[in-house]
Amino acid sequence: MPLKQHLKKVLVVGSGPIVIGQAAEFDYAGTQACRALREEGLNVVLVNSNPATIMTDGAIADEVYVEPLTLPSLREIIRREKPDGLLSTLGGQTGLTLSMQLAREGFLQEQGVELLGAKLETIEKAEDRELFKETMESIGEPVIPSRVVTEVEDALSFAEFISYPVIVRPAFTLGGTGGGIAGNEKELSEIAANGLRLSPIHQILVEKCVSGWKEIEFEVMRDGAGNVITVCSMENLDPVGIHTGDSIVAAPALTLADREYQMLRTAALNIISSLGIEGGCNCQFALDPESFRYAVIEVNPRVSRSSALASKATGYPIARVAAKIAVGLTLDEIPNEITGKTAACFEPALDYVVVKFPKWPFDKFIYGCRRLGTQMKATGEVMAIGRSFEQAMMKAVRGAELSLDTLAMPKLASLTEEELKKKIRAQDDERIFAVYESLRRGTPIGELHRQTKIDEWFLAKLWNLAAMERALRDEPLTEELYRAAKLLGFPDSAVRRLSGQEPPLALPASCKMVDTCGAEFEAETPYFYSSPGEEDEALPFLKRKASGKPVVLVFGSGPIRIGQGIEFDYASVYCVMALKRAGYEVAIVNNNPETVSTDFNTADRLYFDPLTAEDALRIVELEKPVGVVVAFGGQTAIKLTKPLAAAGVPILGTQPDGIDLAEDRGRFDALLEELGISRPAGRSVLTEQEALQAAHELGYPVLMRPSYVLGGQNMIIAFTDNDIREYMNVILTANPDADVLIDKYLMGTEVEVDAVCDGEDVLIPGIMEHIERAGIHSGDSIAVYPAWNLSEDLTRQLVDFSKKLALALGVKGLVNIQYVIHEGKIYVIEANPRSSRTIPYISKVTGIPLVELAVRAMLGEKLSQMGYGTGLAAPAAYHAVKVPVFSFEKLGGVDTQLGPEMKSTGEVLGIAPTMEEALYKGLIAAGYRIETSKGLLVTVRDSDKGEIAPIAAAFAALGFPLYATQGTASVLREAGLTVETVQKIHEAKENTMTLLESGKIGCILSTSAKGRIPARDSVKIRRKAVELGIPCLTALDTAAALASILGRNFREEDLVPVDIAKILPAKKR
Amino acid sequence: MEQPIYLLLENGEWFEGKSFGAQPANSGISGEVVFTTAMTGYLETLTDPSYCGQIVVQTFPLIGNYGIIPEDFESRHPRLAAYVVKEWCRVPSNFRGKGDLDAFLKEKGIPGLYGIDTRALTRRLRDHGSMNGLLTLTPPPYSEEIIQSLRDIRQESPVPLVTRREPERFGEGKTHIVLWDFGAKQNLIRELLRRSCRVTAVPSFYTVEQILALHPQGVLLSNGPGDPAANTAIIQETANLFEAKIPMMGVCLGHQLMALARGAQTEKLPFGHRGANQPVKDKETGRVSITSQNHGYTVRPDSLPDCASLRFLNCNDGTCEGIVYRDAPAFSVQFHPEACAGPHDTAYLFDDFLKLVHHSESEGSPCR
Repeated sequence: MPLKQHLKKVLVVGSGPIVIGQAAEFDYAGTQACRALREEGLNVVLVNSNPATIMTDGAIADEVYVEPLTLPSLREIIRREKPDGLLSTLGGQTGLTLSMQLAREGFLQEQGVELLGAKLETIEKAEDRELFKETMESIGEPVIPSRVVTEVEDALSFAEFISYPVIVRPAFTLGGTGGGIAGNEKELSEIAANGLRLSPIHQILVEKCVSGWKEIEFEVMRDGAGNVITVCSMENLDPVGIHTGDSIVAAPALTLADREYQMLRTAALNIISSLGIEGGCNCQFALDPESFRYAVIEVNPRVSRSSALASKATGYPIARVAAKIAVGLTLDEIPNEITGKTAACFEPALDYVVVKFPKWPFDKFIYGCRRLGTQMKATGEVMAIGRSFEQAMMKAVRGAELSLDTLAMPKLASLTEEELKKKIRAQDDERIFAVYESLRRGTPIGELHRQTKIDEWFLAKLWNLAAMERALRDEPLTEELYRAAKLLGFPDSAVRRLSGQEPPLALPASCKMVDTCGAEFEAETPYFYSSPGEEDEALPFLKRKASGKPVVLVFGSGPIRIGQGIEFDYASVYCVMALKRAGYEVAIVNNNPETVSTDFNTADRLYFDPLTAEDALRIVELEKPVGVVVAFGGQTAIKLTKPLAAAGVPILGTQPDGIDLAEDRGRFDALLEELGISRPAGRSVLTEQEALQAAHELGYPVLMRPSYVLGGQNMIIAFTDNDIREYMNVILTANPDADVLIDKYLMGTEVEVDAVCDGEDVLIPGIMEHIERAGIHSGDSIAVYPAWNLSEDLTRQLVDFSKKLALALGVKGLVNIQYVIHEGKIYVIEANPRSSRTIPYISKVTGIPLVELAVRAMLGEKLSQMGYGTGLAAPAAYHAVKVPVFSFEKLGGVDTQLGPEMKSTGEVLGIAPTMEEALYKGLIAAGYRIETSKGLLVTVRDSDKGEIAPIAAAFAALGFPLYATQGTASVLREAGLTVETVQKIHEAKENTMTLLESGKIGCILSTSAKGRIPARDSVKIRRKAVELGIPCLTALDTAAALASILGRNFREEDLVPVDIAKILPAKKR
Repeated sequence: MEQPIYLLLENGEWFEGKSFGAQPANSGISGEVVFTTAMTGYLETLTDPSYCGQIVVQTFPLIGNYGIIPEDFESRHPRLAAYVVKEWCRVPSNFRGKGDLDAFLKEKGIPGLYGIDTRALTRRLRDHGSMNGLLTLTPPPYSEEIIQSLRDIRQESPVPLVTRREPERFGEGKTHIVLWDFGAKQNLIRELLRRSCRVTAVPSFYTVEQILALHPQGVLLSNGPGDPAANTAIIQETANLFEAKIPMMGVCLGHQLMALARGAQTEKLPFGHRGANQPVKDKETGRVSITSQNHGYTVRPDSLPDCASLRFLNCNDGTCEGIVYRDAPAFSVQFHPEACAGPHDTAYLFDDFLKLVHHSESEGSPCR
């Protein structure tokens, strides 16, 4: 069937900010879908509140709205744009749920918009637990005994009937938010109550727990004619019980006999057919390892995280094909881009093994609950491809940036047997390493299988790695042993470390192609992975395809994590596009399966390999680039600078010395002195004693952090000696040799500048000012463009400082500089000569393509010739406010109080003609729902008490009844406010916790001098707020801004959407 | 340390790997080297009689993961000449698994080679077309005579080697089907039994008279190894069977023999279709199905007689995948609707066959 004739314009709904359970995979999916639709001649309208995405760019869609993903906002965009169709299946759960709601309320029909991808009935059949069960039963597919309940009592009586343990799954929540396994009545009461509250339709599923069964997934596709195919099977190394997003996953399924494989494959095809999905679908099964019994766990009638993984694992572009199917094409009509000759109607055959490894945020959240379960906790993932499972596993682990190059985790080596067993039972993010450590110590595979239910097949493979580690340590490093180690994925660095010897031979760099067909057909896919010791296919491909253009190699940013998110994929992808336009052949290296950068047709060639120096140099050896780019892949790529430069590889853009100058504290301080620019006073210390002394000299509060940081990792503000002791203890335990930096903490206004520098001139697209004063990580601050209360003199100075710094650092390309303005004086906090978190946002709102300009500057072009001017650009027509988004409901035990360590996982943008409206939009998009009819609970630390009264008064004026803890209450009363005093948790039976549970509170303002440790009262209140879904502000400035916005009485219905594809750069001032 | 073993190809290239399974005789073992891209189903591959005499290469690198499961065998004995894998699994894991691949190959006398770059080998076969090869313990260099002798290997029709010697009965169902065994996979019988059939499997050398004497309601012509055109006697008998107007279904070799019996021609494919992911389009419905395949020869569509129409086409290369006969209650497919290994998506063809059988019956078949 060809394209549906009535379709001319299609609305694509994105997935919004990055949160745990919904990450970059939907940028990849949406971008692929937009391109696929435009290829069919369709006009594409895109809506997504996330400004850091690649999809929200005029290069990808015709009309682009970075607007809140809410029903009023979508209705308004539909009224304005009058699309003929709405594609619901590419924007994750967010996009699907919104589309379903618009369809269900009749709005789509009223506006003449066809729901594409999945019909309303299909979505409901897959998403509504009861309907889903009925549908599965009607086609004879077994489901796990379960019941949908809306009351805790019903959950308890059903659990009694099917026997514990049971799993609780709330309906319509992301990544299983609010779910969990309950082993008894007490646990179930808690989990059920929590799940019911988090479910938007107040519904949970209680089901029999099949923990320990194999967890198998199939990615299947169906077209409107009913053709069905399987793209990929996947097997979780971690059996049922750990969310698939937190599991180590292999593709294809590795332990299934053909009979079991075909049984589940057929089931998946029956399911997609019975649901009538037109597009992609993910089916998850639990398979009893001791029989043919299986059960359908979950079906996602849309493109998902797993389908992104399946796409990258096979080379089959699921999102692209799903989009084409949604607008009417059939599988046999869609060309297979890989062979160029055949159609998309086939099933990929792999001749390699893929391993996906999750990336968790516990390096930042040291007090977070690390136990893995049905609630996903990973922020991102890496994928690795190898010719053996061991090789793929080793690549995945070293690519996950855990400072490991084997599975041996040094800190586990000192554990006693008992501690190690406990660690394994804890089922946390380090379980695999604990299992490996146990294998190293000789624990039999069978015993570990009993402890973990991990299939013996996987354990035997891990045992092989342990055996090789031993052999490298104990045996002479023969050629044969070396080759065997390479096949198992040992990098040379590990071989050297373990054997104490140099490799006995130099294996030439060698890569294999991902071709979807196991080499059956000649493919021209420029998609490679390294395979040491085997025949190389990359070099012959390069020779065959040589265009004569110079080659540039771009390094991507690896897995999505807090502090290094999708914005670096945005920068990498637009860098590749700019380099291509500038006449280069571009190859990219990255290992994140969720991203656009790892689509094999983003660059001219894709190398799916870990971003370590050794792996990078191998690819350099093949590609022989004229230069490499490290400036767009975040800290991951920057870290490669030194080893690449040491190996004589030319670095494009800012030179290694400039990068070092910015990173090395001593050198940077000297530079600032020379330039006459101030920075907060500081010291570098190694011991607790030195730290205390430094703090006393500088005067509290002080800011503490390890010398090399990412996203403010392990950064705190210390107010007392005890804070210093606790912090030094944490840091020195993890890394005894760490340099710790202590700076005077200046409580001023924070401003941020991104600039392009060509070595002579700079272009500053705009200055961003943070709502929250310094002390809250810039990634967690609400950032406003343009800055709203900088004097002309300060602005001039900022531009001057930025230019001086950029030139002094020898920046060729981008630099991001953070300043604090304290008592009218500008201090530099840090300068990073690379792309930053704010690049996509500032590019979009100003219409200045910063990445492209940076690439051109990097290649030697001058800003004066680029047509965007130099110096500070004139303000754009719109104000834009970036609001951070957090995933606290997924991360138990994590204190939500904001501070110098970054905690947000994503961000949204509000764009409007005024700053206030932009801020309102941003807050709406970020999900702030303040019920003004309810009360405000205020409990602040002593240092905030001087400023709290006017803020509380503003809320009181809006009609909020005030509640406060003793100390805060007396301050408010003195200011003449009416306030109800609430007792602290330990003080009385009626206390802050019971008040929160009573439902009387609509918003909380909570700050405390100490936080982090879950046992503290202040942390308990904030965690309770997360559990109850009550907005909790942890900075006075945020509260003040919120009060002022609430006072403006904006209505969501009145907001005017802004098409950012139409924003043109303002004329040079 | 395992013994080195070598695979010499007829173009003179050789691969050094390690020996597993049985040791080849001193002279080595030769055969046509073919590759299969199926990612599961190595047991079915090992026991599929259609691989008789061939050196089979698995493109998926990890083989033997679930050990040996006799109930999944497609015949009692592996017939392939040798088995080539990247890595065989020493610690298999499956609740039905018994023993490992190495022990099984040793027991069945099948030599194996592992530890080579199977993708590189596959690319040779793809680019060069099928080649003969020699698996040998003798290290290189290899003389020109040896290489030439590999080129000269011509396999006799292997069907007599793999067919059963005696007729054999299965099941007590109502519908009586004769399975004409040219090296039949066990699942052909299972599929019929699943549909309430009584099956008599007969040797390939059975004549039409012998078959009709069993009073079958339909005849299923099985899969099997080798060049279809080499089976001249069977082709003649098949033509006679057409005359009898008895409902017929052909699978793989059976399909080719039926086409040859009606005057069509077969030809060798460059490197065959072997795997579990071949898309096939049904011209009648427009639907595409994913099929399991294992064949080196194909029926030339341009040679089909008027009485035959092309029903199924391979989506990748457009080759003939199935024929419907207009003048007889007969159809045939090149792929394997019985799967094993591979997708079960076309198992409905057995239902179609039985419908054809019952329809012919109600019409009054001339042979009864």
